[in-house]
Amino acid sequence: MSALMTLQSVSRSFGNNLALDDVSLEAYPGEVHCLLGDNGAGKSTLIKIMSGVTPPSSGTLTFDGRPVAFRSPRDAKAYGIGTVHQDVGSIPLISVARNFFLGNEPTKGWGPFRRLDHATANRIALEQIREMGIRRINDAGQLVGTMSGGERQALAIARALYFGARLLILDEPTAALGVKESKIVIDLMIKARSQGIALVFITHNATHALQVGDRFTVLIQGRIASQFKRGEKTREEVLNLMAGGEEFDAAGHGD
Amino acid sequence: MTATLETSTPAGPARRHGLIERLLGIVWIGPAIAAIVIYVFFVIVGGASGFLSIPGTAGWLNTAAELGIIAVPIGLLMIAGEFDLSTGSVVGAAAIIVALGTGFYGLPVALTMSMALVMGIAVGCFNALLVSVTRLPSFIVTLASNFILAGTSLGLSRLISGSSNVSLKDAGWAEAVFGSKWMFFNVSVLWYAVAIVIAAWVLKQTPFGNWIFATGGNVDAARRAGVPVARVKLILFIWTAVSSAFVGVMSAIMYNQGNAAQGQGYVFQSAIAAVIGGVLLQGGFGSVTGIVLGTFIYGIVSLGLFYTGWPTDWLATFIGALLVIAVLTNNFVRELALNRGKRKS
Repeated sequence: MSALMTLQSVSRSFGNNLALDDVSLEAYPGEVHCLLGDNGAGKSTLIKIMSGVTPPSSGTLTFDGRPVAFRSPRDAKAYGIGTVHQDVGSIPLISVARNFFLGNEPTKGWGPFRRLDHATANRIALEQIREMGIRRINDAGQLVGTMSGGERQALAIARALYFGARLLILDEPTAALGVKESKIVIDLMIKARSQGIALVFITHNATHALQVGDRFTVLIQGRIASQFKRGEKTREEVLNLMAGGEEFDAAGHGD
Repeated sequence: MTATLETSTPAGPARRHGLIERLLGIVWIGPAIAAIVIYVFFVIVGGASGFLSIPGTAGWLNTAAELGIIAVPIGLLMIAGEFDLSTGSVVGAAAIIVALGTGFYGLPVALTMSMALVMGIAVGCFNALLVSVTRLPSFIVTLASNFILAGTSLGLSRLISGSSNVSLKDAGWAEAVFGSKWMFFNVSVLWYAVAIVIAAWVLKQTPFGNWIFATGGNVDAARRAGVPVARVKLILFIWTAVSSAFVGVMSAIMYNQGNAAQGQGYVFQSAIAAVIGGVLLQGGFGSVTGIVLGTFIYGIVSLGLFYTGWPTDWLATFIGALLVIAVLTNNFVRELALNRGKRKS
């Protein structure tokens, strides 16, 4: 199986500051690639490059076997790269359906009478988030603000997948969540993986990473400190690697 | 009319909402109740002296209409997270353009009206541009443009005609379109109805309406979802300024004169009406129905006080108190709506 997205010797500097130094990684369909590292290790820069927010200073990006240069996040999105941010669904006072279709609103009618197709939007939004296993939501008119953190992540993931994401970048999706809520998100990642989606999972939490990770990249100060596959390193080794760059959360690895 | 989408066929087991709970879910329930209570109050206190009569009703409806044509787009702009305090000067500038052009120079009214509306477009663009380029709060930017424009129209008006007040004797066909009355009702009420229908349609039924909510709710999330937030704001700034210019044109024709200094009252009245109508000051929440009710409340209080026979000096006090109560009530109702169905964990 070939990689869906490959980064080859990617570097990125801001002025004199080298944020990312010769990083290579591969994201495979049906696999979760965990990106671990402390704040300032270069994770954000890396996902900005992968999602078309910033171009790399040097190095090449390959998507689906072809070299690509994203001009914008929209461009990356068109290739099928979906990014789920921490503050997802943070437009709390609009409905689930309006949130789901934001920027891609279905319409009917023509000319000045072209209008939102509320019925279709509601039906699909509800279908899709229930598909994600969020059964508690049964009214697409419900405000997103009434959903829990995990449910909002589910909404964002459902949204990205519905609009054709083949590579899903999850930026600390469990960071602000409790144990139960995190489980919802982890389960969703497993589900997406089984559908052949390539996932890139950025996290601080070793437990969460080890639960779903197939491949791991540990970044320290913009460089790859270690890259390995599932089972190649013990839990202790992973924790030590992560601790090499940071003082990790004691609650995060005690299950 | 709520900010949410209605579900025609709820999937899964339908949740049972109590009547109270269902009512609290309506975005404009607060202003609706307030409007009824205030109306009933003035019917009781001022009904005998004519508040309920046709002139009384026309009085508050006319006030609401002129304010509302500005307050409705102001409300949309506030939902998108921005302010516009330049509306007052745009009203004055538009009125003096028509009065000077047609009354002083004798230009055709269609031409001077167009000039006034183009001035509105220009002010809207200027505000939007300054907000997006400088990234300053629109509060400051539009406050500045309000002063710049007010001074300019006053200065130019005096320079050209020697006065800040220019009369406009005969506006021809425009008299019928903007200045006619039916019984005691001004034609502005009809124009307000048109403005309401357009705004409600846009906010509720179009993708652009969805973008307005998202831009005010979380500008970063909106941008990431592909919403052209700068364009959304540009269009709303233009909409607001053109609506203000429209009111200026209308008043010049209706009252047969233009005054460069008129219209400043709208600056705060329009924002007050929007907030009383349930628009969230931080943006992201509100409804056209609510804003309309806000303008009704403003009209009812302004005219109602007159019919009570009490000194109308107290109007501002009354409005101020109402504003505080409205904001607190709306916050409370919104919290209830958000907590509804929230999982306890």
